[in-house]
Amino acid sequence: MAPWIWIIIGIIVIIIFIFIGIYNGLVRSRNQVKNAWAQIDVQLKRRHDLIPNLVETVKGYVKHERETLEAVTKARNLAQQLSSAGAGERSKAEGELSSALSRLLAVAESYPDLKANQNFLALQEELTSTENKISFSRQFYNDTVLNYNNKVQTFPSNIVASMGGFKAGEFFEVTAAAEREAPKVSFS
Amino acid sequence: MWQQIRSNRNKSIALVVIMGVLLILLGYFLGLYFLDSGEAGLILALIVWVIMSLIAYFQGDSILLSMSKARKIAKEDYPRLHNVVEEMQIASGLAKIPDVYIIDDPAMNAFATGRDPTKASIAVTSGLLQRLNRDELQGVIGHELSHVNNRDILLMAMCSVLLGTIVILSWHASRFMFWGGMSRSRRDSSSGGGSAQIIILIIAIVLMILAPIFAQLIYLAISRKREYLADACSALYTRYPEGLASALEKIAASAAPLKSANQATAPMYIINPFRKEGMAASDLTSTHPPISERIRILRSMAGASYADYNRAYQTVRKSRSSIIPASEVAAAGTVSLRAAGTETREPEPVEEQIQRTRETTDLMWQMNHYRTIDCDCGVRLKMPPSFRNVNVRCPHCGKIHAV
Repeated sequence: MAPWIWIIIGIIVIIIFIFIGIYNGLVRSRNQVKNAWAQIDVQLKRRHDLIPNLVETVKGYVKHERETLEAVTKARNLAQQLSSAGAGERSKAEGELSSALSRLLAVAESYPDLKANQNFLALQEELTSTENKISFSRQFYNDTVLNYNNKVQTFPSNIVASMGGFKAGEFFEVTAAAEREAPKVSFS
Repeated sequence: MWQQIRSNRNKSIALVVIMGVLLILLGYFLGLYFLDSGEAGLILALIVWVIMSLIAYFQGDSILLSMSKARKIAKEDYPRLHNVVEEMQIASGLAKIPDVYIIDDPAMNAFATGRDPTKASIAVTSGLLQRLNRDELQGVIGHELSHVNNRDILLMAMCSVLLGTIVILSWHASRFMFWGGMSRSRRDSSSGGGSAQIIILIIAIVLMILAPIFAQLIYLAISRKREYLADACSALYTRYPEGLASALEKIAASAAPLKSANQATAPMYIINPFRKEGMAASDLTSTHPPISERIRILRSMAGASYADYNRAYQTVRKSRSSIIPASEVAAAGTVSLRAAGTETREPEPVEEQIQRTRETTDLMWQMNHYRTIDCDCGVRLKMPPSFRNVNVRCPHCGKIHAV
């Protein structure tokens, strides 16, 4: 065979390898996005799990704040029911839960006995951290989406992306007004 | 992904290669001088290097942790610290939560270790934990986790092994030259000597003196660069550069030196445990950039992205050179800052607590008519009124005092 055939075969092999590399990179990025999304879920679920404990602990101390407590429980149950619903509905429910929670914790401020309760202090730390983790996991999700979208939309990986059916990911936009503000879980 | 700052890594690796060349030259010429064979010296140097590298790779983290007297903690022991590590692990996208260690020391410092992101550990002094609020702690932990994420720890460990090998070889060779001079001259006469021998001797001596110095300077240059990058990453993870800035400010202001640190482990910490007041801005002999400069860069960031850090770096240092490569700056887009955290707890400084406790207890002793003698070693001897001996021995340093 003439040498030019080998040259062409060599070039084709190199292109195939580059293609495989880019394709695998895209899959990795897409999995990262999925993973980051799952991480948000984990943290939201953790908050749902913490709230009944909090309500139990606070109940004995804040006798005159029945409405605030009920609002938290209701918001939490609604958010839990909607945990498999669409992102829009869900973030609205979670936003309401956040604001109900911050009201409760603001109320707790005026009960010195409660603030001396070790159990409450531990829950307070866990809730503060969970709120932070929710916002950090959102932030990381958006970072991974940005990275993935850059790959999907820039040359040359966009060719592989359109052939392999990779679509640009959606950023996590905070919709509910309450959610957009920094969650106020402080009671210092 | 933005964790990988590749082109900077390449520059660092080029510097490591220069250190390697220094080691090879040193080994070769010392071999030529002592063993009449450059290859033998080369092989000897490489053997020492390989052994030290293996130890550093497999045992480095446990050696460092035990040297600094760190103890591992569970989440229940320090929930706030552990939660902050988890928060930063989520923000940095690190696959696994690093092991968390505490060093019981009122000094404020922190370091990360471990050869790769899945086997990482992070150590924090109790002084740091007590005096930083949550935002500041996040900044410090973010800085350390970015060392883990960027694999700085492995790079610095390998660098310090190269440096250590060069220093050890030079040190032993210089001892041999002084004390082994006799046998050397005997061999000289048998082989005939000559100008070639003298040239080799001169090159060997020059290398012996200069190689450790050059290796040290290269090592410090790499170390300083990694610190800037870790600051930039920390700002990006937390979206709040002010947290790290004010943490650095507090750490810089605290006077207590870290007892368990030594020169070898100094570059691992978030700030140099042996820092001196008023260090020059362009100090070549420092493991870390000047703290004041790091704080100013962090404070003049307009956003939280690498591009913002880069701009702040250029403004503060009044230089046009970038600390972060252009490709990374372009890819990150705009990143806005977040508001300060809501936790405003300002823990009480430990040292003040200790001081106050001491003063209070001293008062109690005096009220009970105890007599006191201040020993030179810092211990205050307290003797009950019924004490009748003429002399008393300090239990700490053994000095005899007349009552």
